[in-house]
Amino acid sequence: MMLATQGESSITQPVARLVGVSLHYGKTVALDDVTLEIPAGRMVGLIGPDGVGKSSLLALISGARAVQQGQVQVLDGDMGSRRHRNRVCPSVAYMPQGLGKNLYPALSVEDNLQFFGRLFGHDASERRRRIDELTQATGLYPFLGRPAGKLSGGMKQKLGLCCALIHDPDLLILDEPTTGVDPLARSQFWALIDRIRRDRPGMSVMVATAYMEEAERFDWLVAMDAGKILATGTPRELHERTDTDSLEAAFIALLPEEKKRGHQAIVVPPFVDGEDIAIEARDLTMRFGDFTAVDQVNFRIHRGEIFGFLGSNGCGKTTTMKMLTGLLAPSEGEAWLFGQKVDARDIATRRRVGYMSQAFSLYSELTVQQNLVLHARLFSLPESAIPARVRELMSRFGLDGVPDALPDKLPLGMRQRLSLAVALVHAPELLILDEPTSGVDPVARDAFWQFLIDLSRNDKVTIFISTHFMNEAERCDRISLMHEGAVLVSDTPQGIVRQRDAQTLEQAFIAYLKHADPAEAEAVAAPTAPDDPSAPPPGRRRGFSFSRAFSYSRREALELRHDPVRLAMALFGSLILMLIMGYGITMDVNDLSYAVLDRDQTTLSQNYTLNLSGSRYFVERPPITDYADLDRRMRSGELSLAVEMPPGFARDVARGTPVQIGAWMDGAMPQRAETVQGYVQGMHQSWLVETARTRFGQDLSTGAATIETRFRYNPDVKSLPAMVPAVIPILLLMIPAMLTALSVVREKELGSIINLYVTPVTRSEFLIGKQLPYIVLAMLNFLLMTLLAVTLFDVPVKGSFMALLLATLIFVGFSTGFGLFASTFTRSQIAAMFFAMIGSMLPAIQFAGMINPVSSLEGVGRMIGEIYPATHYITISRGVFNKALGFADLQAAFAPMVLAALVILGLSIALLKKQEK
Amino acid sequence: MSLVSNIYRLGIKELWSLMRDPIMLVLIVYSFTFMIYIAATAMPEGLSKVPIAIVDEDDSPLSARITSALHPPQFMPPQQVTLSEVDAGLDDGLYTFSLNIPPNFQRDVLAGRAPAIQLNVDATRMSQAFTGSGYIQQIVMGEVNEFVQRYRGSATPPVDLALRVRFNPALNKSWFGSLMEIINNVTMLSIVLAGAALIREREHGTIEHLLVMPVTPAEIMLGKIWSMGLVVLLATALSLQFIVQGALKVPIEGSVMLFLAVATLHLFVTTSMGIFMATLARSMPQFGLLMMLVLLPMQMLSGGSTPRESMPVLAQNIMQVAPTTHFVAASQAILYRGAGFDVVWPQILALAIIGAVFFVAALAHFRKSISQMA
Repeated sequence: MMLATQGESSITQPVARLVGVSLHYGKTVALDDVTLEIPAGRMVGLIGPDGVGKSSLLALISGARAVQQGQVQVLDGDMGSRRHRNRVCPSVAYMPQGLGKNLYPALSVEDNLQFFGRLFGHDASERRRRIDELTQATGLYPFLGRPAGKLSGGMKQKLGLCCALIHDPDLLILDEPTTGVDPLARSQFWALIDRIRRDRPGMSVMVATAYMEEAERFDWLVAMDAGKILATGTPRELHERTDTDSLEAAFIALLPEEKKRGHQAIVVPPFVDGEDIAIEARDLTMRFGDFTAVDQVNFRIHRGEIFGFLGSNGCGKTTTMKMLTGLLAPSEGEAWLFGQKVDARDIATRRRVGYMSQAFSLYSELTVQQNLVLHARLFSLPESAIPARVRELMSRFGLDGVPDALPDKLPLGMRQRLSLAVALVHAPELLILDEPTSGVDPVARDAFWQFLIDLSRNDKVTIFISTHFMNEAERCDRISLMHEGAVLVSDTPQGIVRQRDAQTLEQAFIAYLKHADPAEAEAVAAPTAPDDPSAPPPGRRRGFSFSRAFSYSRREALELRHDPVRLAMALFGSLILMLIMGYGITMDVNDLSYAVLDRDQTTLSQNYTLNLSGSRYFVERPPITDYADLDRRMRSGELSLAVEMPPGFARDVARGTPVQIGAWMDGAMPQRAETVQGYVQGMHQSWLVETARTRFGQDLSTGAATIETRFRYNPDVKSLPAMVPAVIPILLLMIPAMLTALSVVREKELGSIINLYVTPVTRSEFLIGKQLPYIVLAMLNFLLMTLLAVTLFDVPVKGSFMALLLATLIFVGFSTGFGLFASTFTRSQIAAMFFAMIGSMLPAIQFAGMINPVSSLEGVGRMIGEIYPATHYITISRGVFNKALGFADLQAAFAPMVLAALVILGLSIALLKKQEK
Repeated sequence: MSLVSNIYRLGIKELWSLMRDPIMLVLIVYSFTFMIYIAATAMPEGLSKVPIAIVDEDDSPLSARITSALHPPQFMPPQQVTLSEVDAGLDDGLYTFSLNIPPNFQRDVLAGRAPAIQLNVDATRMSQAFTGSGYIQQIVMGEVNEFVQRYRGSATPPVDLALRVRFNPALNKSWFGSLMEIINNVTMLSIVLAGAALIREREHGTIEHLLVMPVTPAEIMLGKIWSMGLVVLLATALSLQFIVQGALKVPIEGSVMLFLAVATLHLFVTTSMGIFMATLARSMPQFGLLMMLVLLPMQMLSGGSTPRESMPVLAQNIMQVAPTTHFVAASQAILYRGAGFDVVWPQILALAIIGAVFFVAALAHFRKSISQMA
């Protein structure tokens, strides 16, 4: 806001100034000693091929990426300084590369906008006003309730723009906002930007783009190559300097000599119609539920033809392609490839087809070369031919400089080239390419097309391609225009232009779309209400803001609500687990199997063993025949106890000769063996007393003293009342931890973490906000489990329920925090999940006193047990459930839990990064 | 031929993916080394360090004798408390037992009045409550009897019970703990690795890419199974060699090779299960929860933590379809009791059948789940 007032007077003051800025990713140099001043209040374009550092430059200016070397000044301050970043954050809006990258696909348009509005501290009525205004201006108003993931690419970008504009930024940074967007949506997008700039003349806009014709309209351009600035100036200045009339030509002229080599204008030799049909589709239809994605599409494509597929995003192009490749089975209709009906199981046809999907779908864990080699091998290329083939493809697609780079480290355009190289690795006869050139720069695109044309004309490779570039569509032999699942027109490019009486294919295309769907085309024409100057300034990021934290809570809760399966598993899963563990884990040892090797076979020896078989602890198995039998049966685990009655047992007892009964126990399970030991010794003693009385008339039954044993809290010494209060803590540890464990790392994997980098939300707001809904869920879970304990298990809450409730709140604060901790320091979802499991399961089950009291544990396990909050929570839970205790009795157990919850949250906050490094 | 080489290539690719996740590698190493060591050494050796309190209201030579008979390692040195302190101490869990020797105990014993000692037990501590109370009874009665015998003779029949413990004579719990921990890790890690590897491919769209290539779903699955299985198997073998037999000095009775063979079969089952679960779950968070729901009962009820025969019959029967039950049974037989193939073949057969069922189910569900994602 401070800067908005400067507006008019300081229009010549640069909005951003870079001095000697360099940026490295490992060994790759993204920016090389860049010094640049970006004028304020202008529309500034960044042009240049992929991977020259455009995105890196924008990320540095927006503050999303940390400055490594040099100085970046934005809005009169140093972006290296955290305080300045915090101050300008609300004045800068950043829309990252990739369709809807910073949006949340499960959330509706309205919820996405509300989320961003809250982050910037607008109140409810202000948010309503802004959202209505922006969506009306962009034509999104009718779609407020639709999930962002279900929007077409153009609409996603408009939504992204709305989200960026919701806080009236002074600097708007757009990284390739129209890449992958159809021409109609693109023209609407720029119209929108123009109007916004009219309303807010002080706003500076920075755009990176791959479309030169778009850049033609910008105020000021920065041409970049290889991390350096080639030239700056207005488009006219660039034309004059290079003596060219198109920006595309101007750019190529600006390139260093060695890069220009090999570039030439594309000439498409005419297509000679063959007889063979490569692809045929008849009434191809695809329905998802009641939504018809593709509606009765027909076409026949000849061998060697280049067939273009055009249409807005979400019109069914990708679905049609997936049906042709056999990835999706059509709901109706049929398709043939090379006269063979498309069948997902047909391996032979697949060898003849190369497919490149729209999103980058290669292995990001494999290097460029490894990806190529893997695919070559999977297509069973002869091993000897692979290295040459891979080398050839890498040099053809300009990847030879980066054979060992991981795809994630490459710019979008290079990743697309890699995808294409992979699709071609087995020299297929048919290529199905889904927007292969989105995000690829003009020079590379031309090279790519030259390659396609060669393939088609020389090798008779059939090419089925979808694209948004009109100059590419013009190169196709025939094109089909698709809209909302149906084919509008199918003809040669010239034929289509003629039919609509249009000047260019682009105009013809827009005319067809407007004709097909007048409503959508109109929407954008709605007027923009002028900004209300009295609007409150965006929230400053001083201290902890509950509204920003709550914004993340709401978002997380909404996402949870949109995933009922997960919600149900979290709530009812714990109840099922509680049933299983409550009934299943039992410390009572009974039904132990035993067998007897009776070598005496007298009534006395049988009398002894009867003693055992009469007990409820033991189950008798068939007698043991000999030592070998005894050994075998004990080894197999069939017998827990074997008893041997020695020969002459009765005789010796009668004579009073000392005699020994042999008994062998299975010690494999020490706990069970101890119990068996106790039972057997007890039984032996009572037999002795009994025998002495009946045989020798001696009464030993009254001992010298008696012991009255009172089992407290759990008089029947049953497992259930002891286990249930311990199972609840374990489940309240593991399930909330698992739920939160993925929440941060998932945003990292899917890209929306960028919102943390570039919005005023702080790390603690981000984490605590995410934690809250899971705490609520866990408390609900606790109440359900307690209900189950009281009703079904009949384990009443004897003590203070309030104390238990408070303890639970603190404890789930720890367990959700533990999940967040797992999530902040791991990089993949797998690792986060695994960490959450090993960090919760073992300590909780073994060291927290569930089975063995902590005081009798040893070594490291005991140390863990003593500080682990689950230990204290189990003490409280058992205290309240079994021992009828209240807050006063248990207060000692609270402090360590509070401490642990705070420490784990603090660690998570400390480990989370506010900027990409 | 191309079948085998495809499976091989796809597996190698999985190994590369794992290599690029250093945190995951560290976690795997940790779970097969330190975690095993900690779990094994934390287990109390039988009845050990049991906290006990004594209220000695007699203060006689006999009561002193009883007090001194309760000593480490089984018991912590008894705490002398007053009668009024007993309840609070038990409530706070300061001790599991309290023994109350009444006034004039020794006099009454010698007079043949058979006085009663009161033993209070915190019965929520199941593991100590039961064995411990039996043990204390034996000790106390032994002391009392010995004390009395100085005054009277005895005429017990001279029948001795020679109770021997096989396979683990000292009832050393670290033997049990370390091996069961390995077994639990094997199951957990293999399910996580195989299942999450599939979900990741789906979330990143790479699975589509595989399906348009001349690669069958069976090959994709087998690629994951062998590679992830190999990682876990290797970790198991090394852990058995260096941690269990090396650092913990646990003697292994039977054939390690046979155990590893059974583990391999078990890994086939668990990785198939992981993939099957991944085809059911629609996203990683769902998979995480599903895994908890399956893994926890599978480990707790397999017989690896409490004896199977004591569980409710229903639970025992249901657990027959869980691979862990058979793996635990076979592992215990081989590792502790030195059983051979002739003894464990039924478990091997059961594992093979369960594995085949999960593999076929996962395969049948595989393609369907991909079209759902698309």
